[in-house]
Amino acid sequence: MLAHIIQTLPQVIVDGLTLGVVYAVVAIGYTMVYGILELINFAHGEIFMSGAFIGTTVLLILSSVGFLSSVPAILAFIIIIVIASIATGFLGMGIERVAYRPLRNAPKLITLITAIGVSFLLQDIVRFIAELKTGNYIVSAPSLFNEKIHLKTSSILPQFGDALFKSSFLVVLIVAIIMLIVLDFFVNRTKWGMAMRAVAQDRETASLMSINVNKVISVTFFVGSALGGATGVLFMVQYGSIDPYIGFILGIKAFTAAVLGGIGNIRGAMVGGLLIGLLEMFAAANLSTITHGAFGAEYKDIFAFAILIAVLIFKPEGLFGKAVVEKV
Amino acid sequence: MGSTHVLELKNVETYYGKIQALKGIDLYVDKGEIVTLIGSNGAGKSTTLKTISGQVKSKNGSIHYNGDDITSLPAHKTSLVGIAHVPEGRRIFPRLSVKENLLIGAFSIKDKKVIESRMKRVFEYFPRLKERLDQKGGTMSGGEQQMLAIGRALMMKPDVLMLDEPSMGLAPIIVEQIFDIIKELNNQGMSILLVEQNAYQALHIADRGYVIQTGQIVLEGVGTELMTNRQIQEAYLA
Repeated sequence: MLAHIIQTLPQVIVDGLTLGVVYAVVAIGYTMVYGILELINFAHGEIFMSGAFIGTTVLLILSSVGFLSSVPAILAFIIIIVIASIATGFLGMGIERVAYRPLRNAPKLITLITAIGVSFLLQDIVRFIAELKTGNYIVSAPSLFNEKIHLKTSSILPQFGDALFKSSFLVVLIVAIIMLIVLDFFVNRTKWGMAMRAVAQDRETASLMSINVNKVISVTFFVGSALGGATGVLFMVQYGSIDPYIGFILGIKAFTAAVLGGIGNIRGAMVGGLLIGLLEMFAAANLSTITHGAFGAEYKDIFAFAILIAVLIFKPEGLFGKAVVEKV
Repeated sequence: MGSTHVLELKNVETYYGKIQALKGIDLYVDKGEIVTLIGSNGAGKSTTLKTISGQVKSKNGSIHYNGDDITSLPAHKTSLVGIAHVPEGRRIFPRLSVKENLLIGAFSIKDKKVIESRMKRVFEYFPRLKERLDQKGGTMSGGEQQMLAIGRALMMKPDVLMLDEPSMGLAPIIVEQIFDIIKELNNQGMSILLVEQNAYQALHIADRGYVIQTGQIVLEGVGTELMTNRQIQEAYLA
């Protein structure tokens, strides 16, 4: 059993990191909005899904005009991800403006239900458009990165197996890590990032500091949604086929990552995402070996939700819950 | 208008839902004055300041600043015209560093040199803050937090400084320091509107004072006169 675990470890780490960074970026969208509004924006998974569809649309248009064959795949990819993230950024900002802002002072439950409503709305609008255009709500995109990469991890340690993956995995990993770094810089080192943290800590007082709170909230939604949309494109690049419901499970797992890291804590969401991605891949690779076939890889999803329940019971503030004690 | 008051409230009424918190407040602050608003808990002191700064909206009445109508200005714009509000309970940002708290005060300023020179000025008043620049605001003592809250407001370089119970929960020696600084700021030409429960100390440094009771001004006068007023002595100075 141990031999199997060790042998699959390199592959588990590669796959787990890639999945983990995807969770991490989406988790940031949840955690940022929660930090600032104390709202769990359940529509965020659907923003991710919309990003995947917008990206696919752009990709299909580019390939139909012959653009794809004339430029390097990486350039096309950059164009797609930029367009999709700007579009989803505005989408998220618009949702806040139309659906959440009028309810700013309403009981939290009402806004929460609205968020769930928005997520259904987005699913069905996307499905409607997809079926109208293609006759099918499952859409496949031409793949951009297909080279196989063979990582000779067995040469490091003879017990290791080799890790095998498509070059798209590498693209996903690198782009997601870049997004995490840029976001961390934005939040901790820029003026608007500082305003965002101030509004999250004390909205009323922030307004006394000539900070336009509504504007900061809009920026927060834009950034969180743009990241979510860009991750949708990453998902599309990695799996090739998408449907209007991909945001649901992924969204809930990313939400779990945010809770695990301590909801409202951005670095916590990053760590939470990585942990859940790694655990899930570990479970997928080893669950049937460990349980002697009683549970197969299809039970991997249980891990994320078992973690959610365990965190809520034993450490509701998450791994990196508020570190500073507030003195009055 | 022809009004010479820096700040003037006329018949201001403010509601929280259906509950009327201010029932027609009239008050003014002249340039270079320290004016204090005293009264017991729930009388409407904080609400008056919040209404001026735009955190809550008045239903009736008007608020003028140097003759300009600022009645319906939202909070983030009131600070731009020159009114800084140090809120009750200090309300510093607990998980921002001292430096970031000060920078937030200068949020509307783009010129880094201006920000730097204002920060230097704040350190002249509160040298302690300079030593604690990288510490998180929430880990400081109450007195330091009050200094930071005032310093943060000074970063806006206001003409009118409104302070909501700066003495709350502080040791007498710290209160004295804070009041000395308020006087010092006033000597430099800043107009001060000071809300206090600590009536004795507030009236002591004030040019004029107002007494507020259940949303109404019930008494007004020169600070030292109010101090000797029997009603006040019984109600607030006993």
